[in-house]
Amino acid sequence: MTEQPIIEIRNAAKSYGALEVLKDISLTVNRGEIVAIIGPSGSGKSTFLRAINELDPLSGGEIFLEGEQVNKRLPPREYERHINRIRQEIGMVFQHFNLFPHLTVRGNVTLGPRLLKGLSQADVDKLAEEQLDHVGMLERIDYFPSQLSGGQKQRVAIARALAMKPKVMLFDEATSALDPELVEEVNAVMKRLAQEHMTMLIVTHEMGFAQDVCDRVLFMDQGVVVEEGPPDVIFRNPTNERTRNFLRKHLEGRS
Amino acid sequence: MDFELIRTVFPFFLKAAWVTVLLSVLTAILGLICGSLGAAARLSRSRVLRFLGAAYVSVFRGTPALIQLFLLYFGGPQIGIQLDAFQAGVIGLGVNAGAYMTETIRGAIIAVDRGQTEAARTIGMSRWQAMRHVILPQAMRLMIRPLGVNINALIKATALVAPISVVELTYTAQRYIGSTYRPFEMFLLAGILYLIIILSVGRVVGWLDRKARIA
Amino acid sequence: MGLDFSVLGGFWGLLLQGTLWTVAITVLAGVLSYIGGVLFAVVALYAPAVIRWPFRLFEALFMGTPLLLQLFLIYFGLIQIGIDLPAFVAGVIGLGLHFAVYNSELIQAAILAVDKGQTEAARTIGLSRWQALRHVVIPQAVRAVIPPIGNNMIALLKDSALVSVIGVAELTLSAQQAISRTFRPFEFYLAAAVLYYIVNLGMEAVQRRIERRIAASR
Repeated sequence: MTEQPIIEIRNAAKSYGALEVLKDISLTVNRGEIVAIIGPSGSGKSTFLRAINELDPLSGGEIFLEGEQVNKRLPPREYERHINRIRQEIGMVFQHFNLFPHLTVRGNVTLGPRLLKGLSQADVDKLAEEQLDHVGMLERIDYFPSQLSGGQKQRVAIARALAMKPKVMLFDEATSALDPELVEEVNAVMKRLAQEHMTMLIVTHEMGFAQDVCDRVLFMDQGVVVEEGPPDVIFRNPTNERTRNFLRKHLEGRS
Repeated sequence: MDFELIRTVFPFFLKAAWVTVLLSVLTAILGLICGSLGAAARLSRSRVLRFLGAAYVSVFRGTPALIQLFLLYFGGPQIGIQLDAFQAGVIGLGVNAGAYMTETIRGAIIAVDRGQTEAARTIGMSRWQAMRHVILPQAMRLMIRPLGVNINALIKATALVAPISVVELTYTAQRYIGSTYRPFEMFLLAGILYLIIILSVGRVVGWLDRKARIA
Repeated sequence: MGLDFSVLGGFWGLLLQGTLWTVAITVLAGVLSYIGGVLFAVVALYAPAVIRWPFRLFEALFMGTPLLLQLFLIYFGLIQIGIDLPAFVAGVIGLGLHFAVYNSELIQAAILAVDKGQTEAARTIGLSRWQALRHVVIPQAVRAVIPPIGNNMIALLKDSALVSVIGVAELTLSAQQAISRTFRPFEFYLAAAVLYYIVNLGMEAVQRRIERRIAASR
């Protein structure tokens, strides 16, 4: 018996006017799977990720979350209800954290559960404490975002997403905006999630991290998936010329 | 809405609008003079002048224009100043507007890069020459829009002469509200005339601003 | 007729009472204008077009006409439709509405200036458009706008003198009452000016303090 995939994307396409940013991309992500998406800037990888929860809706193709279509065409009011419910199941972490500056760490983590899950204050507090403990930020629960380092902010942002108990987590260059010495603490949290078999889609430019943690790597360029496979193959024996070029530049640049 | 009534009172409103325009123009001219003097005082090297400039701004912005006007019009005769209501309106409102314009003009002058003065001084210009030939021409451009905002406020402030019975727009609207019991129509009529005046001034300011940018 | 400031002596009580009313009007109208400003901003930005366009017209009319004219409209207009409010209430409503329109401009700009990522983050947790606005965007906008709204409140203090014209017994009208008994306009208007100036300085001090606190918390 094959289990239903968590995410299934068929023939995703997106264009702004004449500019095609995504061309016919299909992807299936199974429960517990960790998929990295790499590629040069402007390759469409972030757009692709942001299409999954309809932040940037596709112009063509279909997205399914556990068999339910995400990008359904519905009357505005019904669509709003539908997408709000779907988004609770899809956690997302942004490059620039996007923590709510007017709320404490606790307020950031509890806002969603409090408004959407109908939990009591005691329950959301407990939930926040669990999640913050998980990312090692429990001591900072009453701090404001402005009092945290970038790495700490990102860990709180991860806890905020996890507090909704999502079925899948999307990471959009979660470490790109961090000072180099702060990257590791965020990577450690993500590795821990991987060990716990959280399903994850990770847009990243950290090749080392993709290689160590991910089950599968997609290389995207100019709106298409150029090459896809296990990290060992993609990083050691890429078959495509464009992949080789990209990796050569990227690995040189880092050493 | 009673259009017959509006037609009857319209000529009176139009005449009143003309008084409002006249008041606004004279007030604006006096305001610009006071504002320029105020800014010069605030930027002067003399400590006494700087203090006087700051006191002018603080006192006239820190108290209601209506009180200033009443003090001048009703209290003036006690210290030998006899003015009719219109004159008191122009002087009271003009000096008040000047306090706001002082800050606008000073702000624009300060906003011109310090390096500009230094460059002018290094080629041997005097302080005054640098101000007149280098700083002011640049500051003029910066101050057109904010002065437009001051003038917009000043046009609305001309309504303050209504309580001292200058027959301008607000006084006229008030009188006809009292005699016709049609507050909404009278408000709308006066309101549209105010809007026309303010939008026309906005046009002129926009035109000057564009012209200054090209030059 | 020279000046004689000893006439003030018997009227300090009246003037101070007037000052208290002026402060009360300023505070009440100030709060009203802040709350009204948020509501107006939301209407101006997010209401359906049938509401938005008439509202924009109302806004233009209120920004383009003198406060005094608006006070006449509200005071006499309400009487005409059978609502006979005390002058004090009409004055607070008039001042509050007038400044709400100005505050609304500031708050609209602040709402639009809240980083787009904030709405995105709220929406990705599953918050609805309205929840994101109410719990994430508006709380940030109303904080960002505190310093410029402080300026409007200080302007409101001085414009509150205008409600004397519709018969609200605040500082200006108190001075006029004293004048009608003593025929000493210069002394009493000057005294009123001094009292306004003191309240004004107090408000400026409070504003500076709030601004410092905001600056420190960033």
